Amino acid sequence: MPKWAMAIDLDKCTGCGDCMAACKLENNVAIVDAEQAADDRVMLWMDMMTIYEGEYPNIKLKRIPKPCFHCDNPPCIKVCPVHATYKNEEGLVAQIYNRCIGCRYCMAACPYTAKVFNWYEPEWADEFKTCMNPDVSLRMKGVVEKCSFCAHRLQKVKENARADDREISDGEYSPACADSCPAEAIFFGDLENKESKVFKLSNSPRAFRELEDLGTIPKVFYLSEKE
Amino acid sequence: MNEETKNTVDIDEALYRPIYETGKSFYFAVGFLLFIIGFTLVVYIRQVYYGLGVTGMNQPVTWGFYIVNFVFFVGISHAGTLISAILRLSKAEWRRPITRMAEVITAIVLAIGGLHPIIDLGRPDRVLNIFTAGRLQSPLLWDVTSITAYFTASTVYLYLPMIPDIAKLRDRGGKMVWFYEFLSWGWHGTEHQKKVLSRAINILMVMVIPIAISVHTVISYIFSMTLQPGWHSTIFGPYFVVGAIFSGIAALMIVMISFRKYFHLENYLKLVHFRHLGTLLLIMSLLWFYFTFSEYLTGVFGAEPHEMDVIFYKFTGTYAIFFWGMVVCNFLIPVVILAFKKFKTIPGILIASISVVIGMWLERLNIVIPSLANPRMGLDMGMYIPSFTEWTLFIGGLAVFVLGFLVFSKFFPIISIWEIEEGRKESVKEVEKRVTSYLPDPANSVE
Repeated sequence: MPKWAMAIDLDKCTGCGDCMAACKLENNVAIVDAEQAADDRVMLWMDMMTIYEGEYPNIKLKRIPKPCFHCDNPPCIKVCPVHATYKNEEGLVAQIYNRCIGCRYCMAACPYTAKVFNWYEPEWADEFKTCMNPDVSLRMKGVVEKCSFCAHRLQKVKENARADDREISDGEYSPACADSCPAEAIFFGDLENKESKVFKLSNSPRAFRELEDLGTIPKVFYLSEKE
Repeated sequence: MNEETKNTVDIDEALYRPIYETGKSFYFAVGFLLFIIGFTLVVYIRQVYYGLGVTGMNQPVTWGFYIVNFVFFVGISHAGTLISAILRLSKAEWRRPITRMAEVITAIVLAIGGLHPIIDLGRPDRVLNIFTAGRLQSPLLWDVTSITAYFTASTVYLYLPMIPDIAKLRDRGGKMVWFYEFLSWGWHGTEHQKKVLSRAINILMVMVIPIAISVHTVISYIFSMTLQPGWHSTIFGPYFVVGAIFSGIAALMIVMISFRKYFHLENYLKLVHFRHLGTLLLIMSLLWFYFTFSEYLTGVFGAEPHEMDVIFYKFTGTYAIFFWGMVVCNFLIPVVILAFKKFKTIPGILIASISVVIGMWLERLNIVIPSLANPRMGLDMGMYIPSFTEWTLFIGGLAVFVLGFLVFSKFFPIISIWEIEEGRKESVKEVEKRVTSYLPDPANSVE
């Protein structure tokens, strides 16, 4: 079984936020109004952490894209009372929107705060309604959602590969954020495939993962010269 | 009715009076409470209609007042059954006028507390998924299990010792005889019935203690099973149980003092009862401080950065006022009042109890919010301000509690009449016999 993983090269990343926009469009993520956004209810599957270091005038700014880390040992699925979030056999941590009871226990348990909640019925501007992605189901109010590593794309890739009777090649399955990145800083692939770009990057001396000491084993690797 | 029963009825007439005499103020209070509850219901329906957006919760503070009040109310519910079971088990004779009220608190507050997780759901319409798709590995399911068990056990434990009193009400005639006839289950006070009842109570009171302890332990597990700083702590189980009993005793004394005042039960609830309970409250206050001290000292000494973020948030940050308010309400005020006989009067004990209830609510707030507001990743600190909806539902919960008590006191005696009678008739002799048995036997009788 493949083990899908992502590598984000922070030395290449310009922090432009294109991945965030691509993700929102690809996955029909609701766009909350300004008032809601001010109340910390922004819905982003691909978030961008902005970290300021040092004091004026020597401020260092870090921009770090943050999707769901699809942990191998996810703290969120352990606490779900109804099996609405689970790890599938390819290592993707998935959500079942139609089963979620909205207790938000998984959000409280996630050390990476990767999940978002539909505080109201999701809404889009009229212009958006004509260009929804038909491959991704819409969510309803009161359920938790998060980055799926664009699992609907995997579905298509798998079907194509099966039709042609071949294995999925490296780079064939790639989520919207990786595809759209203008700096080509996001890589995606199979960790089990020792030839894949992601496997090589994950073994790079520059590679690290967030909060590794928690034992969650994230499948998103960051690459950076500086720590 | 023969002469003898008439006499006993007269002695305890004060206990029957609230059932048969209803003043204007009662209807006024019930109407007012029903108005609050009706309004709360409207506010809740509005929340279901629009979604949880009407609350003050957000990302990362995904839990707010509902979970705080859930832990708080279930904590209060430990007053009852646990205290009355322990007092019965230890044969504390002063328990007799107290147990009934304690058990009523449990039944009412547990029902309110148990509803809170459902109020908190984003999709309350799917709550039955817990049964069709439930995962027993989730601490939330442990909760559902133990709260259901506790609710069942404590309502039975409330009902069984009420049977002889219900039979008394049936025999008195007057209002709603069919109702008491049905509930009294054919009780006639025969020797056999008495034996069966006392056996059933004995079995239940032993059973109810581990269930009660499991309830608050499991509630603490909701937090401690996650990896979040400030929550992931092994001390949480006993810490929550101690806090629960602590707030339970305080709530019990507030209820006792109110009923004593409004139903004129000074003859039954004497200063000595409050002094004994006050001593228990003092012990729990010291225990609570010991647990709190241990919990924070280990955190501060280890000084793990994420843990320290949460601790500083409580000690000197946004939550400093709530944290130090909690220490004052839970430790300083009750200890000063209860340690000195001079202050240990009824008004003093009332102040201490109110202070403890407020303090324990603050403790729950201090546990739930700061850990969520300080996420580990380099994100901004979260902020949580409860909305009008959440305040309304909190006040609605309190209104249900008061209304539940008022209605109960209109149908059933809030002090166990038969247990008082039994105490008068038998326990003086029994206690004398018990104490004699503790004393050394005459030297020559030892084999």
